[in-house]
Amino acid sequence: MNILSILLSANTIGKDVTLPLPLPEWLLIVVLILMFLVHLLFINLMVGGTILSFIYEILGKKNKDYITLSEEIGKTITVNKSLAVVMGVAPLLAINTLYTKFFYTANSLTGLVWILVVPLVIISFLLIYLHKYTFKVLETRLRLHLTILGGALAIFLFIPFIFLTNINLMLFPDKWAVVRGFWDALLTPAVFTRYFHFVNASLAITGLFLVGYIGRKKYLFEDKFNTISRKELQRQFYKIAFYANLAQFIIGPINLLVLPSIGMKADTLFTIIGGAIIAIIPTYYLWKEITASTENVGRYFVRIVVFFSITVLFMGTGRHLYRANAVRPYQVEMKKNTDKYLSELKVAQQESKAKADKEAKSGISGKALFESKCVMCHAPDRALVGPSVKEIVSIYKGNKEGMKNWINAPSKKRANMSQMPAFNGQFKDNEMEALVKSILEDTEK
Amino acid sequence: MDFPIFHLSLLGDRFLFVMIAILHTIVNHGFAIGLVPIISIMEFKGFQNRNPEWDELAYKMMKVVFIITTTVGAATGVGIWFSASLVNPNSIASLIRVFFSAWLFEWVIFVSEVALVMFYFLTWKKWTLGLSKEKHFATGYFLSIFSWCTMAIIVAILGFMMDPGDWEQKRTFWYGFLNPIYFPQLAFRTFLALLLGGSVALFLIHAFTQRGTDIRAKAVKFVSLWVLVVAPLALISGWWYWYCIPDLMKSHLSVALGTIQFQNWYKLIIQILVSGVILAVILALAQLFKPKFKYAIVFYAILVVWLSASLGVFERAREFVRKPYIIKNYMYANGYKVEDYPLLLKDGILKHADFVSTKEITPDNKVEAGKNVFMLACAQCHTVNGLNSIRTNFNRMYGVNKPWNREAMHQYIRSMHNARTFMPPFPGNDKEIDALVTYFKVTQYSIDPKINVHGFNELSITKEQNKLLIDNMNRKDSLQKSIERKSTTH
Repeated sequence: MNILSILLSANTIGKDVTLPLPLPEWLLIVVLILMFLVHLLFINLMVGGTILSFIYEILGKKNKDYITLSEEIGKTITVNKSLAVVMGVAPLLAINTLYTKFFYTANSLTGLVWILVVPLVIISFLLIYLHKYTFKVLETRLRLHLTILGGALAIFLFIPFIFLTNINLMLFPDKWAVVRGFWDALLTPAVFTRYFHFVNASLAITGLFLVGYIGRKKYLFEDKFNTISRKELQRQFYKIAFYANLAQFIIGPINLLVLPSIGMKADTLFTIIGGAIIAIIPTYYLWKEITASTENVGRYFVRIVVFFSITVLFMGTGRHLYRANAVRPYQVEMKKNTDKYLSELKVAQQESKAKADKEAKSGISGKALFESKCVMCHAPDRALVGPSVKEIVSIYKGNKEGMKNWINAPSKKRANMSQMPAFNGQFKDNEMEALVKSILEDTEK
Repeated sequence: MDFPIFHLSLLGDRFLFVMIAILHTIVNHGFAIGLVPIISIMEFKGFQNRNPEWDELAYKMMKVVFIITTTVGAATGVGIWFSASLVNPNSIASLIRVFFSAWLFEWVIFVSEVALVMFYFLTWKKWTLGLSKEKHFATGYFLSIFSWCTMAIIVAILGFMMDPGDWEQKRTFWYGFLNPIYFPQLAFRTFLALLLGGSVALFLIHAFTQRGTDIRAKAVKFVSLWVLVVAPLALISGWWYWYCIPDLMKSHLSVALGTIQFQNWYKLIIQILVSGVILAVILALAQLFKPKFKYAIVFYAILVVWLSASLGVFERAREFVRKPYIIKNYMYANGYKVEDYPLLLKDGILKHADFVSTKEITPDNKVEAGKNVFMLACAQCHTVNGLNSIRTNFNRMYGVNKPWNREAMHQYIRSMHNARTFMPPFPGNDKEIDALVTYFKVTQYSIDPKINVHGFNELSITKEQNKLLIDNMNRKDSLQKSIERKSTTH
C-alpha cells in the first residue's frame, strides 16, 4: 500500500455522513453485490444484443434470414433495456448509502458527463424503438435503418465508459485532487481493460442467452427461418460465447495486473482466481457444443449456464472485495476526521447555548432587535435598500402605532426601492414595543 | 461531510434538477397514472360491446404510453438520483439514509410497474380470446394501481421534506412518512394526473382516428365525461392542499412566510391551474353539446401543454415552500445542517470544507477564498451572472450604476435570513463574509474570475491576479464615488 498517497489525501477524504446506516452493513453489501450482478446481466444482454442485431442486419444483405434474426434479437433488446434500468436502481441506492463520500465525489468530479447519461439513455432507447418498429417501413432503405441502430449502438458503447470511470475514480481518492474532469479520469488505471472485459462479457452472455432463447419449445423457429436450422444457429451463438469467453482469459489477467495494488489483497485474488478456475468447466462444455454433430447441439446448455453463474458470483464478490480493500484505509481516516469534527462541534454547541441563555436572561433590547432585523436595509443617515432611519423617524415621530402597523404589513410605497418584507408574527408585542421605542428615541439623541 | 463542487454558472444547479424532475413528473402523472386507467377501460368497452375499434384505439394509445414511460419516464426517474448527487449531495446523502426502506419498497413496486407495462403492452396481441383476454384486463387494472402506489410513496418523501412533522423528535420512518400534508398532496396529485391523462387521451384519440368516424365520437364522448368528473375534484383537492400549506407554515415556523416571492408563486399557481381546469371543462362540454368542432386536436395540444405547465409551476412552488430548508429544521437549502451552525459560525466553513483551495483566508487569496465561500454557501440556488444571480439582487438593492456598499452587504449577508425568511442564515464567520463581499464587489466590475473547482490542492487565482482584481475594484469604486459626488453637488 502506498503510504504516501494516503497521507497526502488524508486531508481530502474529510468527514462522513453523520446519520447511521439505514440497514445493517452486511445486508447492504449483499444487496449491492447481487442486485448489481442482475443489473449487469441485463445491461450485457442489452449491449450484446444491440451489437449482434447490428451485425446480423448487415449480413441480411445476402440472406434474408439474418434480417429476421436481427429483428428477433431486437425484440429482446427493448425488454432487456427496461429491466436493466429498473434493476440498476437497487445497487445505485446501495452504493450511494455504503460509499456516499466516494461515489458522490466521483460523480461531482465527472459532473457534466455523468449527467449526460440521462439524455444519452433517452436518445438511445428511442432509437432502439424506432429501429424495432420500422423493419417493414424501411425494408427497402436498409442503410438508413442500420444507421438508426448504429446510433443507438454508438451510445450504448460509450455510456459504459462513464460508469466505469466513476466507479473506478471512487476507488482512488489519491487521484481526486489531480484529475481534471471526465476525460482525465477516463485515464485512471484499468478503465479501458475493464471496458473491454465488459464488452466481451456482453457478447459471451448474449450468445449464451440466444442459444436458450431460440431453443425454447414454444419458439416457432421453423415459421420464421427458411435457410438456417435451429441447431445450426444455436451453434453459431455458442461460437460467439466460446470465443468471447476465451478472450476473457486474456483480458482478465491483464485487468488484474493494471489495477493498483491497493485493493489487491489475498481475499480478492483468491476469489477472482477461484472464479476463473471454475470458468474452465463451462468453457470445456462450450467447446464440446461447437464441435458436436449438429443434432447433438444443446446438450450441455444447463450445465454451462450453472457453472458460468457460479463464476459470475465469484467475480462479483471479488470485485466488491477489491473495492472494500481499496477504500478501507480512507474509511478509517474518514472515521477519525468525523469523530474529531463531532467533538469540536459539541464544544461549539455548548458555547453557543451558553451564549443564547445569557442573552435570553439579559432581556429584550430594542437596539439588538434593530441590529439583527433592520440594519441591513436601513442605515442611520442615508438611503440604503430602504430609507434612512432619520427619514423614518421624521415620518413616524409621535406615531408609534402607525410604525408598528407598517412593520407588520408594509406595502409598496417608493417607486425606486423594493418593497419591504412583512414582519407580521416575527415580533412579540413587547419586542415590537422595544424596537419601535429604540428607533424613535435612540435616534433623536 | 462535503463534496467537490459541481456548478452550472449560467443556468444554476437547481435548474438541472428541477428540469429533470418536472419532465419525470409530467410523464409519470400524464401517462403512467392518468392515461393507463382510461386505456384499460377503453379496452374493456371494446370487449363488452364487441367492437374491435375500441380495442385497436386503446392499443395504439398504449403503444405511446409504453414507449414514453420506458424511455423518457424511466431515464428521468433515475436521472433524479443522478442530478441530486451533483446538485445537493449533502441533502440526498441524508435523505437516502432516512428513507432507505421507503425507496427500497418503492423500487420493488417500480419493478412491478415496469414489468406490468411491458406485459400489458406486449401481450395485447397475444392474449386476445376468452380467459386470456380477461387476464389481460386484470394486467391493465393492476398496472393502474401500481403506478398510483409508486406516487403514493414518493409523495410521502416530498411531503416529508416540506414538513417532517414529529420526525425531528422521533426520527423513525413512519413519523417521516405520514407527515401532515401527506393526504392533501396525494389527493391533489391523483386528480391532477387523471385530468392530465384525460387531456393526453383526447389528444391521442384525435391523432389516431379519422374525422367523422363513429369510434372517434364515442371515444371523445367517454373521455370528455371522464374530464368532467375529475376536473372539479382536481380543483377541490387543490384547494384543500393549498389551504393546508400556509397553515402549516404558520404552526411550524416562528416567522410568517408571507414573503412577496411566495405570494407571487401562490397567485401564479392558482391562476394557471384554475384556467387549465376551466379550459378542460369548456372543451369537454363543447364536445358533449356541439361535437366534431374543427381543429379540436390543436385545442387539446394546448390543454396538455397548459396542464403540464401548471404541474411544473406547482413543483417549483412546492420547492419554494420548504425554504430556507431542504429538510425542514434539519438541513438548510445550502446543504448545511442546522446543528452544525455553532461550529461553522465560529471556525468558518472553509476550515471544515474538504475540497477547497483556500482553507485559510489571506489578503493574497481573498478573491478565490470569496469565490469558494460562494460555491459552498450560495451556489446551490444562486449564480453570479446567470439565473437567480447575485448581480440582479444587489443591483436591485443598491442601484445599478452605484458601487455596492461594502458594509451594507456585510450586514445584509449576516442577517438576511431575518428579513428574507426564505434565505438560510449565512453559515460562515465574519472573515468569510468579508472575502465573499470582496468577491462580489470584484464581479461587479470584472468578469467572474474562473477557478478550477476540481483543483482543491492549488490556487487558481495567483497572488498577482488577486491584487490586480482588488485594485481594479477599488479604482472603479472611487471613480464611481467621485462621479456621484459631482452629480449631487451640481
